[in-house]
Amino acid sequence: MASAPLIAAPAGLAHVAWCDGRPVSAAQYLADAAHLAALLPERRHVLNACANRYRFAVGLGAALLRAQVTLLPPNHTSETVRWLREFAADAYVLTDDAQAAIDLPRLEFPESPASAPAAPGVPEIDEQQLCAIVFTSGSTGAPVPNRKHWGALVRNVRGALARLGLSAARPAAILGTVPPQHMYGFESTVLAALQGGGALCAERPFYPSDVCAALERLPRPRLLVTTPFHLRALLDDVAQPPPAELLLCATAPLSAELARRAEARFGAELLEIYGCTETGQIATRNTAREAEWRTLPGVQVELRDGRAWASGGHVEERTAIGDVIEVLAPDRFLLHGRISDMVNVAGKRSSLEFLNAQLLAIEGVIDGVFYMPDDDTPGGITRLRAFVVAPGLDREQLLARLRERIDAAFLPRPLVLLERLPRAPSGKLPREALRALAHAHARNGKT
Amino acid sequence: MASIPLSAQFAPSADPVLMQELAGLITAELNLDVPPGDIAPEAPLYGEGLGLDSIDILELALVVSRRYGVRLRSDHEDNTVIFGSLSNLARFIAQNRTK
Repeated sequence: MASAPLIAAPAGLAHVAWCDGRPVSAAQYLADAAHLAALLPERRHVLNACANRYRFAVGLGAALLRAQVTLLPPNHTSETVRWLREFAADAYVLTDDAQAAIDLPRLEFPESPASAPAAPGVPEIDEQQLCAIVFTSGSTGAPVPNRKHWGALVRNVRGALARLGLSAARPAAILGTVPPQHMYGFESTVLAALQGGGALCAERPFYPSDVCAALERLPRPRLLVTTPFHLRALLDDVAQPPPAELLLCATAPLSAELARRAEARFGAELLEIYGCTETGQIATRNTAREAEWRTLPGVQVELRDGRAWASGGHVEERTAIGDVIEVLAPDRFLLHGRISDMVNVAGKRSSLEFLNAQLLAIEGVIDGVFYMPDDDTPGGITRLRAFVVAPGLDREQLLARLRERIDAAFLPRPLVLLERLPRAPSGKLPREALRALAHAHARNGKT
Repeated sequence: MASIPLSAQFAPSADPVLMQELAGLITAELNLDVPPGDIAPEAPLYGEGLGLDSIDILELALVVSRRYGVRLRSDHEDNTVIFGSLSNLARFIAQNRTK
């Protein structure tokens, strides 16, 4: 049976993390994972909600050692958690936040054992073992599970690390502004560190000054794993960020202009990553210099039945891509925007069909629709609008009900209450009519 | 970094002119669906109250940095207090502004 090691770094030599400015050795990580593994309950599914990236990584390792599956839902709203309980009746939450209000049996992240025991060997994990289930929002209301097996994840991350030029021979300190629970952060910070790319920074800085302070504390070479939104905020706020060797950017399209500005200010190379929850990371480009995407080793793209598909390499089965792409060669393509039903707000992806279903499921809502305007501001965040017919409810009540069901990023701005929607006789809502409505209810001249 | 002394949380009142200016900035910059005058001085800005999320807080931090020269940091012990209400934010800015 083929297997891949839990960590690729030789135990006792390499660092896998930086916690509060202190290095954590691979041996310490293995000891912490083994210690936690012994404390995990006899259950099969764990929602790893640890905000601290190192604790998340320890939780992941412990779950792998106990053949438990890590659940990665798009958010922790009460509706999502209720749905998770239905999906996996034995699910529990591993948390490092005593205040976290997640309605599942809970295990608080334990204190680390006082000292690392004598270096244990590096455990091997069966490639076929189910490591994680990453959920995307489906079109009918129920999240869609995407099963990630250990071998495919390892192949994916090693392919990406090779593209970045990172390895145990040239490890980087990895700082992420994205959470470890998001597919991008999961792969590019947590798995990248465990599979030999370097040491992850446990803290997740938020404000631009935090990002700079955290970078400053890390040894070079430094890898910053971020998004167009965080990058733009940082460049707008900080004249001279600490130098970095490599910037990774994903979750939303990055403009060549912002990429060039980032490269100049950090003195770094910037690689943009393309991927989705279903396929994992499948391609990269140097956005400052090229428009074409190059696929990761073994991955191919093709058009079939009017849709784009990815297969090969780490992609476990042929998978449809949620964007419009132009195939130049099996390993090269151009990206031409999203398929119209898909929306992406700050790296969180959903479908309008799903959001509309959630809106209509609220008691008292007679009709309603979400609308995403076209005018994306590069590096900025365009929010959804919603038009709702709900005579017995006011805006605040509606927003409160929606907040229980959907991620805050998708909450509409504005939410406009109407007597009826401008439906065509067929019952359809023409996009033109929605655009006109959005225009009529715009504030600050923004539609 | 400067932070709000505990006593300031119980200061009698925040500057109403500054609060009004901030309310205008918040609704304009974040494209909120609320008239500035409707933001209650003591209601939470984050989560339930005004309904701001972390994307908004980051945008707001940029505005505050540009306009008042106040850099926000996560290691401020009083971060939850700062965004606890419009009046707390106004007090924090009044005490730390450099322009």
